[in-house]
Amino acid sequence: MSRLTERFRQGGIFVWFSGTLLAFCLAMILSLVGYIVAKGMGFFWPSPLVQVQTTEGPLLGEITGHEPARREETEKIQFRVANRDIYGQDFRWIPTAGLGQPEYPKDVLLIERLEYGPFIGRIASLSHEGRDVATGPAALAEALRRLPEANRQRHQIRSIEKGEVGELNRRLEKLRLSRRKLEARGDAAALQALETKVAGLQTTYDQLQTSLEKTRAEAKAWTLNLQTVDGKTKEWPLGSVVRMVPANNLTFFGKLGIYLSRLWEFVADDPRESNTEGGIFPAIFGTVMMVLVMSVLVVPLGVITALYLREYAKQGWLVRAVRVAVNNLAGVPSIVFGVFGLGFFVYGLGGSIDKLFFAESLPTPTYGTGGILWASLTLALLTVPVVVVATEEALGAVARSQREASLAMGATKWQTLWNVVLPSATPGILTGLILAIARGAGEVAPLMLTGVVKLAPAMPLDGTFPFFHLDRKFMHLGFHIYDVGFQSPNSEAAKPMVFMTAFLLLLVVVLLNLFALNLRRKLRERLGGSTF
Amino acid sequence: MEIEDPRPVPEPVHLHVPPPETSMRPASFVQPDLPLTDPAVLTSPTMLQVERLNLYYGSKQALFDVDLKVARNSVMSFIGPSGCGKSTLLRCLNRMNDLIDDVRVEGRVLLGDTDLYAPGTDVIALRKRAGMVFQKSNPFPKSIFENVAYGLRIQGEGDRSTLEDAVERSLKGAGLWEEVKDRLKDSAQGLSGGQQQRLCIARALAVRPEVILMDEPCSALDPIATARVEELIMELKREFTIVIVTHNMQQAARVSDHTAFFWMGKLIETGLTEKMFTNPGHRMTEDYITGRFG
Repeated sequence: MSRLTERFRQGGIFVWFSGTLLAFCLAMILSLVGYIVAKGMGFFWPSPLVQVQTTEGPLLGEITGHEPARREETEKIQFRVANRDIYGQDFRWIPTAGLGQPEYPKDVLLIERLEYGPFIGRIASLSHEGRDVATGPAALAEALRRLPEANRQRHQIRSIEKGEVGELNRRLEKLRLSRRKLEARGDAAALQALETKVAGLQTTYDQLQTSLEKTRAEAKAWTLNLQTVDGKTKEWPLGSVVRMVPANNLTFFGKLGIYLSRLWEFVADDPRESNTEGGIFPAIFGTVMMVLVMSVLVVPLGVITALYLREYAKQGWLVRAVRVAVNNLAGVPSIVFGVFGLGFFVYGLGGSIDKLFFAESLPTPTYGTGGILWASLTLALLTVPVVVVATEEALGAVARSQREASLAMGATKWQTLWNVVLPSATPGILTGLILAIARGAGEVAPLMLTGVVKLAPAMPLDGTFPFFHLDRKFMHLGFHIYDVGFQSPNSEAAKPMVFMTAFLLLLVVVLLNLFALNLRRKLRERLGGSTF
Repeated sequence: MEIEDPRPVPEPVHLHVPPPETSMRPASFVQPDLPLTDPAVLTSPTMLQVERLNLYYGSKQALFDVDLKVARNSVMSFIGPSGCGKSTLLRCLNRMNDLIDDVRVEGRVLLGDTDLYAPGTDVIALRKRAGMVFQKSNPFPKSIFENVAYGLRIQGEGDRSTLEDAVERSLKGAGLWEEVKDRLKDSAQGLSGGQQQRLCIARALAVRPEVILMDEPCSALDPIATARVEELIMELKREFTIVIVTHNMQQAARVSDHTAFFWMGKLIETGLTEKMFTNPGHRMTEDYITGRFG
């Protein structure tokens, strides 16, 4: 026998083959995660601001790309010059030929603004109500000192707008709806009382607006006079500045501080500038909440189905057919579920709910439009086969002796299932839930039809009664990636956001899975040496 | 091999039981000094009565015309080679065979005055009257306390002190109280094999059944644990009627008042244990008991 045949017989080659493939798969996964992390995490580190002399004049910005010479194309580098309000574009490609020695001026800075993207240049002066308070380097120092206060004021205005004004608007809207109802009924006395209420609210509203105007005016009093490297000037209110980064004049820890503050903003803040800047907190929140609502819906649905299929239904061709159908449901493209969700849940169920309970606000739909409830229900449908299959397996794995012990005690079938079989099967059911979460958290297509939006005005969970607003639209990390990366007007600037969002989506899925895994481990410990 | 409580096995009350180590003699023994059955057993009323019982698994018949009586407060053991139908018969006594598809039963089984297989019998109520202990100990993955309290809980008993009383009484009845009284909250699956089996007995006792059916309760236990369970069986018959299936002839001789020998689904012989073991009425019984086949 030749050595090769002998090796085949021993299976050594196969072990090598499968080991290599495993290593290959691991390498692919690692490089995927590594690429995303590297592309995304580096984005927040302040990069140096480079000044070069071109034929058209001086140029200041971050170097963001490089293209080597190819055929007739010369070597080029990409500058992020920012100042979109002045130059009209954020990025410029410059041929490297003829560029002078790059300089790193100490006094330039990158100013993150609420609008028009960042500004790169110098602060000429800081003025208060039109009068210059400080000029040159002193202006920068003074501006840095006053920035936290300005930011605090801005947040205050935002929270008043979102909180109190929003609440007043909601109450006014409610009164408007009941007025419509009363008008239809013709109840003059109640209508009168209502009008008084509306008037009272309106007064509060006006007062609030006045004080808001005052705060806004105060916030606008401080102005930065900005100057670009090629001498153009721009006035900018300090209240609309997010962060000032003198990138060439920072120690390592200074840079680290900027990095962490940017990271925190990204994770914990609302998006700005059509999602290309700011944070993605609403999307994280929406994703987690949607997955949780889905879990709450899918577990009872799947477990009850599996219980009936396994324990109660007479095993025969019908049950076999149902089982095959359930398994096939797992293979249906998710967009099909989305279409179903839109047609059945949103228009069908939601429309009926609106007609029955929210008739006064029609034609504005309440439940008859996409919302987190419908999206979660659609995903629950999408993932229910996984839970059914896992639960069936788990039920089948519960030892027969356990059931017999319970039945011999005089327990009914239901008591046996509830007290003995289901507790023993719980870890297996959780396995199903883990798989369902993994599938559901990353799904985007069906959500686009059933409730995900680019920018949600309010969270599906907040401090206003009834706290859970399952009718609200929500944001989702998966959709956010698509939207920021491919639907935004300034996709070049948003590219790092795409990677960061992708990384966060991975992180959310991993965390949700860890949570479920931990739950399963605890249960297993309690059950003591269950095989599942 | 599990380490059991090392305390010496006390002398049983009713019968002389040789220590397990010395009883591992070959089965070819007919002891002249086998003790006499408790005379009370001979006069006690019938607890269980099987009349012309035929049982079919699908088209295959597993029991043929079995007639049998078990006296109140006695121990009846079923012996016979594997597949002879003794476990099947035991499972007829609390209708556990209902759980298997395609089982058909003809004939009558009377528990007290109740005909178990009469139409309209409440199987759930019946199983409360006939507790069962299985070959392999099968405690639930719950605490020791919850295991014993299970039967009462499913009957809707929620009162804590009632449950505690019942659990203590049952564990004492099963001779387990002293070993577990400080760790009732611990998982039952942390107990040794012998303790688990006695826990299962305690679980059966908790609902105060009339009959306890034991399906080879000692086959997975070591000799010491076996001795303790046997001792327990003899204690329990003061209050309960016990039917035990066993492969161990010595065990049958030690614990039971009556013995029934089955072969190929037929009841070959039944009678007082000492008579069966000293002077069997049937050639086949003698051959089986002396180990010539089986």
